[in-house]
Amino acid sequence: MIHMRNITKSYEMGTQVVHALRGVDLDIAEGEFVAIMGPSGSGKSTLMNMLGCLDVPNSGTYTLDGEDVSQMSDDQQARVRNKRVGFVFQQFNLLPRTPALKQVALPLMYAGYGRSERLERAQEALRKVGLGERMDHKPDELSGGQQQRVAIARALAVSPSIILADEPTGALDSQTGTEILDLFEELNTQGITIIMITHDQEVADRAQRTIWIRDGVIVNEETNEHQ
Amino acid sequence: MNISESFLTALDSLLANKLRSVLTMLGVIIGVAAVIALLSIGNGVSDSITGEINAIGTNLIIITTDFDNSDGYQTLSQVDVDALSDPLRAPLLGDVAGIAQGNQEVISSGRSTNVTVAGITPNYFTIYNMTEFQGGDGLTQTDVDTRARVAVLGATAAEDLFPDEYAVGQSVKINGVSYEVVGVLAESGSAINNTDSNIYVPLSTAQSRLYTTRTRSGEKAVSSITAQAVSAEETDAALEQITEILRAEHGITYAADDDFSLISQGDLLETFNTITATLTAFLGAIAGISLVVGGIGIMNIMLVSVTERTREIGIRKAVGALKRDILIQFLLESIVLSLIGGLLGMTLGWLISLIAGNALDIPTVVDAGTVALATGFAAAVGLVFGIYPAWRAAGLRPIEALRYE
Repeated sequence: MIHMRNITKSYEMGTQVVHALRGVDLDIAEGEFVAIMGPSGSGKSTLMNMLGCLDVPNSGTYTLDGEDVSQMSDDQQARVRNKRVGFVFQQFNLLPRTPALKQVALPLMYAGYGRSERLERAQEALRKVGLGERMDHKPDELSGGQQQRVAIARALAVSPSIILADEPTGALDSQTGTEILDLFEELNTQGITIIMITHDQEVADRAQRTIWIRDGVIVNEETNEHQ
Repeated sequence: MNISESFLTALDSLLANKLRSVLTMLGVIIGVAAVIALLSIGNGVSDSITGEINAIGTNLIIITTDFDNSDGYQTLSQVDVDALSDPLRAPLLGDVAGIAQGNQEVISSGRSTNVTVAGITPNYFTIYNMTEFQGGDGLTQTDVDTRARVAVLGATAAEDLFPDEYAVGQSVKINGVSYEVVGVLAESGSAINNTDSNIYVPLSTAQSRLYTTRTRSGEKAVSSITAQAVSAEETDAALEQITEILRAEHGITYAADDDFSLISQGDLLETFNTITATLTAFLGAIAGISLVVGGIGIMNIMLVSVTERTREIGIRKAVGALKRDILIQFLLESIVLSLIGGLLGMTLGWLISLIAGNALDIPTVVDAGTVALATGFAAAVGLVFGIYPAWRAAGLRPIEALRYE
């Protein structure tokens, strides 16, 4: 479902030009659980932003479900982020002072669902991640693991085909991290494609396939032997 | 996302920052309150002046000597009054009254006061709507014909001269001569011609004992003549009629200037209205400036808010908010802020105008126009000063907004 060909991206950081991606080719099939690994500065976060339509490449083509994303307008990209992709960030990125149910309902609101359907779907998503009892809690009333679960529920709410996770366990202790990875695995078995960025080999081992990136190019990939 | 959803989202985020919202609103609250209060007080003052002028009488025209063209003589006399009273010569005039007045020391038993003593004819009281008496009665034609030494006191004058006694039947001394008090007028409260503190005596008596000035031709002078036009519409024509008759009476040649001047109640009203309207507009403009300052306050806070909430904007964009959604959300936030501020300001302004109206004893009026003006202005302030911050928020790149610490 994902086909990237010769994607490049460079930024200007002050006077310096940083070449974050220097020609990436990447194919990911539907239903895969892929880990992208690399040291910091390797371009893995930039790659994930491209995959999630948060950023556009300088050159190259990116087709998602047969559509050329690199040619889309801002609003069309927003629609892709809204309906087809769910993001999970290292820092959770929840809205401050907002109860869990409203957080999860947010993408549904932008997708144009009515009030009652929105609440229904948000509740369902929260139950799916095991937070059925904490729908009215605000972020500062939840633990890190619970906040990440809210973020995952938010990513799930519009039933996307892909979940993009940027260091989803980076801010969590290993016990909680394992629980989150279990959740991803479970979602993967339900048919959702999961692409996860990490620098932790143990975390990457939970995926079916690991892709290594360094200095803006893919240097290696291997399929994991699973238990 | 539809507009009511955007509205709820805006309301949500305003409620999440109550203190900041209230502080931001303060500028608009004060601005709108100032506009409402000042405009309504201005309108109240204007109404009360109009009321006072109208209370003096109906369609009055006051004729006085124009001393610039009279070689120092009084030019008006009973001859003029008679000429203007002639229905054949002056069909547009009703009652006409000559008045001879000046300041006199008036003494009662043990008290004295310095007041205006006016020599008048009985129709003066009807022309000036002074038909209510606390006690006794007005002057009669017989009083005038016989140069009777009788006086009618204004309410305040009576209070000053006879604080503990019933004034009617007592006597007062004016210029060393005793007058019998035959009537005391009811209080009028008019601030315009001060009728309450005046004392009235027959015109003939005044002309022979107090104001003995003569015109150039030797007639007994009057200090002013009040004529009543038959209707408001005919006032201008009546003014012309008076001018024509008086010029003929005074033998003024074609090229020479009038030796008298005219002012109608309508002119007076217009003059005062122009003054109060200018004052009201001026006060309103000052209040308007505070509203603009309030608007800049909103813009300031909204800009801070956009920066502070960059991450929130990034999150919203990451989960699919369109540029338009963000724009509308922030725009609505500032409009809601200024509208609520406008409503609170309106209430506050209304309270201030009530209190001020009581304190100044004027009928303050908060009319629909004022309310519409203030509300419209408040909404416009929110819109105008909200556009730039909202546009800034909507233009943020999602990836940069998410990275913002």
